[in-house]
Amino acid sequence: MHAIVCIKQVPDTTEVKIDPQRGTLIREGVPSILNPFDTYAIEEGLLLRERFGGQVTAISMGPPQAEEVLKEAIAMGCDEGVLLSDPAFSGADTWATAYTLAWAIRRIGTFDLILCGRQAIDGDTGQVGPGIARQLGITQLTYVFKIREIDFQRRRVCVERLLEEGREIVEAPLPALLTVLKDINQPRVPTFMGMRRARRAQIPVWSASDLAKEGADGRFFGLEGSPTRVVRIFNPAQREGRAEIIEAEDIGQAANVLAERLLAEKVV
Amino acid sequence: MPLLEINREDCIGCEACIEVCPFGALRLDEEGKAVVNELCTACRACLDACPVDVLSLPEVEWVRRPEQDVYQGVWVWIEQFQGQACPISWEMLGKGRELADARSTSLTACVLGDGVESVAKETVAYGADRVFLVDDPSLSVGRTQPYARCLVYLAEMYKPEIFLLGASSRGRDLAGAVATELHTGLTADCTGLGIDAETGLLRQTRPAFGGNIMATIICPEHRPQMATVRHRVFEMPQPDPTRQGQIIRQEPLLSEDEIASKVLDFIPQEGEVNLAEARVIVAGGAGVGGPEGFEPLRKLAEVLGGAVGASRAVVDAGWIAYAHQVGQTGRTVRPDLYIACGISGAIQHLAGMRTSRIIVAINKDPQAPIFEVAHYGIVGDFFQVVSALAEAFREHLSVKDC
Repeated sequence: MHAIVCIKQVPDTTEVKIDPQRGTLIREGVPSILNPFDTYAIEEGLLLRERFGGQVTAISMGPPQAEEVLKEAIAMGCDEGVLLSDPAFSGADTWATAYTLAWAIRRIGTFDLILCGRQAIDGDTGQVGPGIARQLGITQLTYVFKIREIDFQRRRVCVERLLEEGREIVEAPLPALLTVLKDINQPRVPTFMGMRRARRAQIPVWSASDLAKEGADGRFFGLEGSPTRVVRIFNPAQREGRAEIIEAEDIGQAANVLAERLLAEKVV
Repeated sequence: MPLLEINREDCIGCEACIEVCPFGALRLDEEGKAVVNELCTACRACLDACPVDVLSLPEVEWVRRPEQDVYQGVWVWIEQFQGQACPISWEMLGKGRELADARSTSLTACVLGDGVESVAKETVAYGADRVFLVDDPSLSVGRTQPYARCLVYLAEMYKPEIFLLGASSRGRDLAGAVATELHTGLTADCTGLGIDAETGLLRQTRPAFGGNIMATIICPEHRPQMATVRHRVFEMPQPDPTRQGQIIRQEPLLSEDEIASKVLDFIPQEGEVNLAEARVIVAGGAGVGGPEGFEPLRKLAEVLGGAVGASRAVVDAGWIAYAHQVGQTGRTVRPDLYIACGISGAIQHLAGMRTSRIIVAINKDPQAPIFEVAHYGIVGDFFQVVSALAEAFREHLSVKDC
């Protein structure tokens, strides 16, 4: 079994604080972390390796320091990590990112599964997973919260997907790309041995020319290869002031006042 | 190498750019000048913040190519579940109509499913001028491969300028596949769409970074300009059953044995948890004390015809299923009324519900951050307040019904 896990280094939004005076966000010195959703993808790969043997490879596209998240993946138990880093990759939107990752996956070679987190917490798009699947022409199974069964003889995988109305049980051929939800497992913490292995691990860095040798078209990398352009970034409108606290003689009366207010607002 | 360029000479060291950088990529060096590191993603957040305009990004020139003019019309994918159109589809038709009128063009709906002719007719009532209807048993449940194949075929054949899909699980899954195949740009989870008066391009605005920043995105050279649209952002249009439109039947492109995946079963969610579409959400956090704490919330939700939501903490504690989770790692919701009970208001939770129309906070701790975003609050024991509230609404609503 060979699982490839796509991971991303993101700013830790839990470290973002609100400046109480100005009501603006304090983002200074926000640390970079492994995208939380990706830890579930890594764990799922490791669980499959425990059951079926084989290998789990983590890949990431990002600046040189994104090596840290690949080391974290190795500390958790991944066998190898590959970093895609090149100035030519910067400014990529989801199309260009999926294109680049797909070429790296082709370079890695054969695989049974590609695992991705549901989305990254900085971009929140969830588009790169489906993008990679279409670039590679393999089945995509998104919003997976349980792998029910994998049959390597019949080359089939059966999963549960969480949709708005309930759970869908789907069977698809391997290789397949899965994007996984938070509830799928409990990601392990790196062991001491794992961390030691990660410290020693050499993470190969693949550049645009490495992928071009495989057949990738350099015009489709990074900002230049991105169909979309960000034209403006701004802060969302903040509401002025705090909540109006409803006070009354007792809770029953307060509830009554609140119910009347909400009826007047026409929200119920 | 970061793409951001800094004109050191004119930098005044005011730190405005450092403050707004979502990625912590900027700092002041020993000489008090801004420097950028590899964490920069060229997101442009700092460009507007700089008071002396010393920051710049390479402008990628785009040219209007003559073949772009061939692409015309606004398209909407009509999401349906078991033969019923999802409300997001009508919301998109309302917005789509507005965009089509602004571009002086037509509005087309794509209805895929099994036994969905009635949905195609409804689509006309909600504003579509033309409907592509692909009605076949192989399309009864939404599977990416046959659905994407149909939409890609239709888009290549009829060349729309704009193509909208709902930002539901199915919509995001499908849009990612279709945009990749069409080699065009896709903007996820839009909360604002408009036509640029000068260029005629679709301006797509979306929250990013957990809702902490907003980005406006364009797709200048590729067609169609594709976007997924969040639930309950655009107004629900009034259907007009007298409207006329053209319904064009299309054959499906794949037969059942050409479709790789099989849907074996569907297990409907118990109780009302379709958070994305709910008008009212009653949500509980750690303050409700345990799984049994959700009982009064369910009762209140029932009185109000709403759904039950939850914070990450209580889902992680196993008090309620993940399907109920609101927030950055759960669902993003936008009900008319969000009642947060015993939820302190961590920034990740706020990211998932702060754009609700009216937010009510019920919490024992008057200092809880949830009161910063709420419109109304009651400080007190959640159990007493929720029970009293259910009672009060029961009275008021039954009076109203008479």
